[in-house]
Amino acid sequence: MPSSPSDGSVRMSREPLIVADSISVSYGAEDVIIDVDLVVEPGDLIGIVGPSGSGKSTLLKALLGGIEPRRGTVAIRKGLTVGFVPQVEKIDWNFPVTVAECVGMARASGFRTPWLTRSERREITDVLERLGLFDLDRRHIRDLSGGQQQRVFLARALFTGAEVIVLDEPTSGLDVRTRHEVLHLLRDLNSEGVTVVLSTHDLNGIATHLPTLVCLNKRVIGAGSPEDVLVPDVLEKTYGSPMQILEHGGMRVVVDGGPDSSVLPFRRAVGDGAAS
Amino acid sequence: MTWDAFSAPYAFEFFRNGVIVATMAGALCGLVGCYVVLRNMSYIGHGLSHAIFGGYAVAALIGVNLFLGAGLWGVITALTIGAIVRRRPIGSDAAIGLVTTASFAIGIALVARYPNNGRNADALLFGNILGVKSSDVWIVAAVSVVALAFILLAYRPLLFTTFDEEVAQATGVRTTLIDTLLMVILSATVLATMNVMGVTLIAATLVVPAVVARMLTDSFAVMLALATVLGAISGFAGMNLSYHHDLPSGSTIVLVATSFFIVAFLGGGRLRRRAGTVAHAH
Repeated sequence: MPSSPSDGSVRMSREPLIVADSISVSYGAEDVIIDVDLVVEPGDLIGIVGPSGSGKSTLLKALLGGIEPRRGTVAIRKGLTVGFVPQVEKIDWNFPVTVAECVGMARASGFRTPWLTRSERREITDVLERLGLFDLDRRHIRDLSGGQQQRVFLARALFTGAEVIVLDEPTSGLDVRTRHEVLHLLRDLNSEGVTVVLSTHDLNGIATHLPTLVCLNKRVIGAGSPEDVLVPDVLEKTYGSPMQILEHGGMRVVVDGGPDSSVLPFRRAVGDGAAS
Repeated sequence: MTWDAFSAPYAFEFFRNGVIVATMAGALCGLVGCYVVLRNMSYIGHGLSHAIFGGYAVAALIGVNLFLGAGLWGVITALTIGAIVRRRPIGSDAAIGLVTTASFAIGIALVARYPNNGRNADALLFGNILGVKSSDVWIVAAVSVVALAFILLAYRPLLFTTFDEEVAQATGVRTTLIDTLLMVILSATVLATMNVMGVTLIAATLVVPAVVARMLTDSFAVMLALATVLGAISGFAGMNLSYHHDLPSGSTIVLVATSFFIVAFLGGGRLRRRAGTVAHAH
């Protein structure tokens, strides 16, 4: 269960998979993240939210062990398999790889044949079908829809047998419908036992639908359920500008602007006592 | 052309050696060139060959084995480029341009200052395939075997690192080691084939077969195979054409490869579309 947001950490009640203990990461003289605590437990579905430059991607890489913290430690459970799904905008879509090649390349440790073995091909077919991708293994990755492309990279992570999947801005550049597809897929995977950690700047489309959020702006500003952290005080500290929280259909909706904003009037603002 | 006319030059050992080396060098450059092209480092073959020219001059001057000295120089140059590229914000093109032209300048300066040392500068600059010795055949064969073994054994981490280095690194692939080994293989390839192609033409043998193969397929494995075959055909056909039409061998090999590009480029809308994306990428 997440602790109260005020102490800036997510604490566990089970054996953790990844524990970041007061980590700070710098690029040159610039601190990118400072004294961040985060615990990832089995079955978690955690969203890291924050503005551009807040250190979301850096934190994800540090959790994967890809970046050495300047201070603090990241403890990854021995033998833990983690899959990383990059932003689709960072993919070279002209690179000559078919869907099967893209998924298969992830199993790169130890001695492997250059070609996919028959059992690996079967596994790839299974994981693609699990994600709703049928008969696409010979297609080039560019020749897929946005949602299918995102699923291919999820399949690549799952093909490694990942217990934890880390996604960097999984809905960046996707349309609304595809964004919903990806969100539902992540929730389905999570319900099947896959632990998911993602970064997103999409507060309304993604963050409000996640059970656990970490608000980051170099430091952890708040952590917990959306009800705990999607409040004006935490969001203003995270994003550096005032924001209002509205309720719509039982969901929280974050909008820019302070209490005087013209956006507010027809909804009931929550969290700061303001009413329309 | 009759069979007798075609086979006549094969009576000469230098020609047999030349054809064998040109064919193997074409295949080797085609194979390694795929990684060069896909990493947006097409200029590196050009740059490395210029850098190794400097290595030849330095090795000759200080009296060490030319091949060893130039090879070591090439490896150091490649590693220096890699180290500079990893340090943002300097891009690979700027790093290659900086390091290799400086090395080439050292070579030119030393050749001018000490003209009696080292190999014939013209042979290194423009290639001298007809002067290929049996030892050269074995050197190219050895480098080809090592390069092929590396690519087969490290196929998946190499592909992962080439396609998506950040993710590969984040998920446990030793990308720095893979990059370093690839640079060593690339340097050895340039060094072994420079006698054949010359400093000025070697970049084309690295880049053109890979680009043509990219235009013909969307599969990485097929691209590797196609580029290797196209490189080998270019070397073999280029050598034979150069003899029968009294043309320089290096430039004929490059022109054969370029003719493949032209055919692929004009070969249809789908190919043209891919050509556009490859050209855009590089």
